[in-house]
Amino acid sequence: MSASIVIFYILAAVIIGGGILAVTAKKIFRSAIYLLFSLMGIAGLYFYLNYEFIAAVQIVVYIGGIVVLIIFSIFLTHASGKDMEKPKLMSIIVSALAVVFACAFVISLINNYSFVASTNTAIEPTVKNIGRQMLSTTEHGFILPFEVVSMLLLAALIGSIVIALKPKTEA
Amino acid sequence: MKILLTYSFSSFATYVHNLLADLIINPMLLHVTEMVITGVSLIAFLVILCFFLGYMERRVAAFMEIRLGPNRVGPKGSLQIVADTVKLLLKEGLTPDSADKFLFNLAPVIMVIGSMMVIAPIAFAKDFQLYDINIGVLYVSAVSSLGVIGILMAGWSSNNKYSLLGAMRSGAQIVSYELSVGLSLISIVVLSGSLSLGDIVRSQENGWWIIKGHIPVMISFVIFVIASTAEINRAPFDLAEADQELTGGFHTEYAGMKFAMFLLSEYINLFVVSAIAATLFLGGWMPFHIGGLDGFNHIMDFIPSSIWFFSKTFLIIFIIMWFRWTFPRLRVDQLLTLEWKYLLPISMVNVIIITVMAIMGWHL
Repeated sequence: MSASIVIFYILAAVIIGGGILAVTAKKIFRSAIYLLFSLMGIAGLYFYLNYEFIAAVQIVVYIGGIVVLIIFSIFLTHASGKDMEKPKLMSIIVSALAVVFACAFVISLINNYSFVASTNTAIEPTVKNIGRQMLSTTEHGFILPFEVVSMLLLAALIGSIVIALKPKTEA
Repeated sequence: MKILLTYSFSSFATYVHNLLADLIINPMLLHVTEMVITGVSLIAFLVILCFFLGYMERRVAAFMEIRLGPNRVGPKGSLQIVADTVKLLLKEGLTPDSADKFLFNLAPVIMVIGSMMVIAPIAFAKDFQLYDINIGVLYVSAVSSLGVIGILMAGWSSNNKYSLLGAMRSGAQIVSYELSVGLSLISIVVLSGSLSLGDIVRSQENGWWIIKGHIPVMISFVIFVIASTAEINRAPFDLAEADQELTGGFHTEYAGMKFAMFLLSEYINLFVVSAIAATLFLGGWMPFHIGGLDGFNHIMDFIPSSIWFFSKTFLIIFIIMWFRWTFPRLRVDQLLTLEWKYLLPISMVNVIIITVMAIMGWHL
């Protein structure tokens, strides 16, 4: 077993272990922290695959952004120090069934899919290439989805500002 | 004499590598050994650096307030910080009863790991860099955002209202000031056309960006220094630990070595931020060059690159320490106003100006 495989299994253990602990933890803040470990493991996996750019974006977006947001909303809304209520028996059964079926579905998909190695020459995942591809208007460029997504984000920003605006008091 | 002048850390590193390569034949074992040696020497360097920064902070504070500062323990008080460390080592590392023990003990470790990881892409001298990752600047801003998780963790797990308040303040502060830091970093990335810190330093061979980039780069330098002072929670932005209001903020409940680890990460962050500013705006290890003046440039090359790097870094550290004794602490609303109403719009416009400048080739 080479070092590379050992590293892969360590990362996989961190991801899966973090995920399991995140749903079984008694305190909601701890769940958020375990989720953080899981997301860190995924970033590590991207580093392992030499996709440094995506790994860094994973850290910026998920750890610096989303987990911090989750923690903030926990602080602001939840009695974060108390243990969470135990889930009802019915919901445990239903969610366990959902997990089993989802696993079966994914495993059957993976088993039936024949992984054919691509014959195209690999493109170096450097920031320059990613940027060129993302903003190019040629056949395989991603300029249209990029712009559509940015419009969506802009709409979300304006929407949140409108919600947060204080209504003008009538004199 | 010639050997002495061209000597740099990189030749020492090559020498150690060759020495080890003779001893250890297995390439993987060699790799692991070298990584362990690098890690240990990095940690030793950082701890000694933090001793020095602690001493420097006290002396600078005393200088600003026209008093003497530490002057009894050791020559000129230089062993004061060692004595303090011994005191912290002997103290009990207390964990409060009602704290979440696991997260309480994990938080300082996460803080220190987060700040140490940022060191990796920094070039300390010519050809002397741990890891010239091709997304250097992005890596720095990504990994430095881990610190806020440590602060939030420490604040929540202490189970103390002061800690929680301090953690929330610092979270809001770091998340907002990250934007300005990012935008001012981007302005240099636009000019040098690369995210790798090694390439950015090499792009300043004919002059540092702060000189080549005219006024817009100076503006983004100033914004970077202000916003990163806020990012590392130092005065005048130390609301997270405002002593008078929060008795210490997120680290109220910490004692002994766990508290010392927060101090350690604070000083490492100070060093990292200054080193990044020195690398991006003041040329890192690159000597002071003026494009075209070959004789002058050659004389400047005689000063070793590591001396250039450290003197620039310590200049910025001194400026940030100077802030602490010059400005009063901001209120929360003033803090957010400064970021969202002043720094962010200015840096957005500034990035556009710099982009135009880079496209038209107006920089030197």
